[in-house]
Amino acid sequence: MDTFIPAGYEVVRDAERCTGCGVCERQCANGVHKFDKSTGKMIADSNKCVNCHRCVCMCPTHALKIVKSDDTYRLNANWSAQTMNEVYRQANSGGVLLSSMGNPNDYPVYFNKILLNASQVTNPPIDPLREPMETAVYLGKKDVEIKRDSQGRLIDTLAPQLKLSTPIMFSAMSYGSISYNAHESLARAAEELGIYYNTGEGGLHKDFYKYGKNTIVQVASGRFGVHAEYLETAAAIEIKMGQGAKPGIGGHLPGMKISDDVSKTRMIPKGVDAISPAPHHDIYSIEDLRQLIYTIKEATGYKKPIIVKIAAVHNVAAIASGVARSGADIIAIDGFRGGTGAAPTRIRDNVGIPIELALARVDERLRDEGIRDSVSVVVAGSVHSSADVVKAVALGADACYIGTAALLALGCHLCRNCHTGKCNWGIATQRADLVKRLNPDLGYKRLVNLITAWTHEIKEMMGGMGINSIEALRGNRLMLRGVGLNETELKVLGIRHAGEDM
Amino acid sequence: MIINVNECTDFRVLNKRVRDTADKDIVIKGCIGQRYIATGAGEKKVTVHGTPGNALGAYLNGGEVYVYGNAQDATGDTMNGGAIIIHGDAGDATGYAMRGGKIYVKGNTGYRAGIHMKEYLDLKPVIVIGGRAGSFLGEYQAGGIIVVLGLNGDGMPIINNFCATGMHGGRIYLRCGKLPHKIPSQVRAEKINGESDMQLKGIVEDYCRYFDGMNAGELLNANFFLITPNEENPYQRMYTDN
Repeated sequence: MDTFIPAGYEVVRDAERCTGCGVCERQCANGVHKFDKSTGKMIADSNKCVNCHRCVCMCPTHALKIVKSDDTYRLNANWSAQTMNEVYRQANSGGVLLSSMGNPNDYPVYFNKILLNASQVTNPPIDPLREPMETAVYLGKKDVEIKRDSQGRLIDTLAPQLKLSTPIMFSAMSYGSISYNAHESLARAAEELGIYYNTGEGGLHKDFYKYGKNTIVQVASGRFGVHAEYLETAAAIEIKMGQGAKPGIGGHLPGMKISDDVSKTRMIPKGVDAISPAPHHDIYSIEDLRQLIYTIKEATGYKKPIIVKIAAVHNVAAIASGVARSGADIIAIDGFRGGTGAAPTRIRDNVGIPIELALARVDERLRDEGIRDSVSVVVAGSVHSSADVVKAVALGADACYIGTAALLALGCHLCRNCHTGKCNWGIATQRADLVKRLNPDLGYKRLVNLITAWTHEIKEMMGGMGINSIEALRGNRLMLRGVGLNETELKVLGIRHAGEDM
Repeated sequence: MIINVNECTDFRVLNKRVRDTADKDIVIKGCIGQRYIATGAGEKKVTVHGTPGNALGAYLNGGEVYVYGNAQDATGDTMNGGAIIIHGDAGDATGYAMRGGKIYVKGNTGYRAGIHMKEYLDLKPVIVIGGRAGSFLGEYQAGGIIVVLGLNGDGMPIINNFCATGMHGGRIYLRCGKLPHKIPSQVRAEKINGESDMQLKGIVEDYCRYFDGMNAGELLNANFFLITPNEENPYQRMYTDN
């Protein structure tokens, strides 16, 4: 006996506007809409609706809207409908709850409780429209020993660097979790913008080797699609130790999502589950991590920076210190709000810490230990806007990864059903009829638009502070003030409360 | 090219010489713990006398690596092709996530050999262990073939705990009269005679070509356990959409 779970959202159709054209039916992979012959009208089954808004956007007469259902259990401040439904789902199935995208729960968003400074009267603001502003950053080790040859000329001992035109990159999303067209959009946008996208752990499609100069490839515990040419093609290689949405948990791409093409890219047979174990089974210590880093450096002739990606967990500062000493060139830290193509709900919603706090602690710890320059720090996990980028840089980040924002630019409406593989926007799906809905010619333009717009805004905020180079903003916490934060929060963030002066 | 090394030789210096030479036949003498030898190499023959360090032949993409001594941990990590022949023991995590090529070990191997091994199209990795293997042999195995011959003759079990846990593809052959440890219910063990399995026969014959005094016929005329994923009881989907 399964408990019926009422739909959370209802499809509402304006009968006067609906022409019965059937676009909604054709657009919905979940089979919500259909034409009812007996009444000659379109009808909808709200129980199948995931609220992705595809039909709402595509309806030529704007006859549709999706509303929160007013069906309600007896109100209870302790047991929410969501929590009750989760119990029903598990009692029905015996399964572990599986969700997608980032933690949607009502935890504090520290970026929203931090305010930026601006110059007034003295140290005047800079107008980015008439004065040059530098947003380019270089990621990699900066701690060089100055060496000169017998003629007194400088010997270049600088470790390999990634040059970004603006401190934003597209975070790791694998081919398999997202579609070919989504990957093409990200790759082309990264190339045009002079930034990088990240293959995730799903390998690199042959068609995209040509974007190698703007590609970061991942080596994760499953080592899918990892081989010498893959490492050679990339601009940088990221070792994935953890992910913000599921710290301590591996990945599992079900066999049904391993299409012909995904199988080629991951280099595994079609239809066979792709399991990434939670740990790398050859990494049990910082020394072991160092070994994997140097294996990759040896395989690529020390020409490429190695990134180590970790999830923001309670002890993140100590872990980052170890990673910085392991030979990594860049540390990527993914906060607990980071997105995912699929993660156990309980892990996603209850494990890890906010990226703002993790970043502040990592930056401080690395400075205290005198090793901040031996590694660059990239942060991820719900960077919503250019303002978040500026705040992250001022807290100590060298750059940010964005995932969800990039997918939103491609049409994602955050229905959080990626794990079902039926994405109506052609992003988180491998179904050919759905994938083709995302036109990479338009998709990459939208990504370029987004990052270009954010970069303008970053320049304006920097200019307002009288800063003309993003490097001069990094770790400049005097530019930040907290609002509505308690003393511990301010201490961890290393910032003062609004109203406290310099 | 012959490269003489000692305990003071930095692995970077050694590996750069191996990488940069146009010579296809390289002999390293006096090796003592230098890591990452032949990492990412292809089309070269590298012979190591002494004891190479960890991650020997990682991402190996062809060619041959011979070791006259013991190898350490992570030999053939994520290897894609080629051969690693070890006239001694191999340490932990031998052939981690290996996708192609072969690793033949005359002696024993440590924990986690062949973990997450996988196969793809005509790439079919093979690991053969002459002696015994430590715990977690073939964990998460998704493809390829692992053979343990148990030639020590010391009465010790030829595998240890947690063999084939999470295995969902590929084959493991264990040359023994009875299984020394329980295996998970999601995999099955079938008792076979070595001579009856053509795939095993080919592998053992090939293995014996590399080591003096090994006779494929004698090795195959014995009881083997063939471990494969149990299609009747696969690892269940454990999730419910939320």
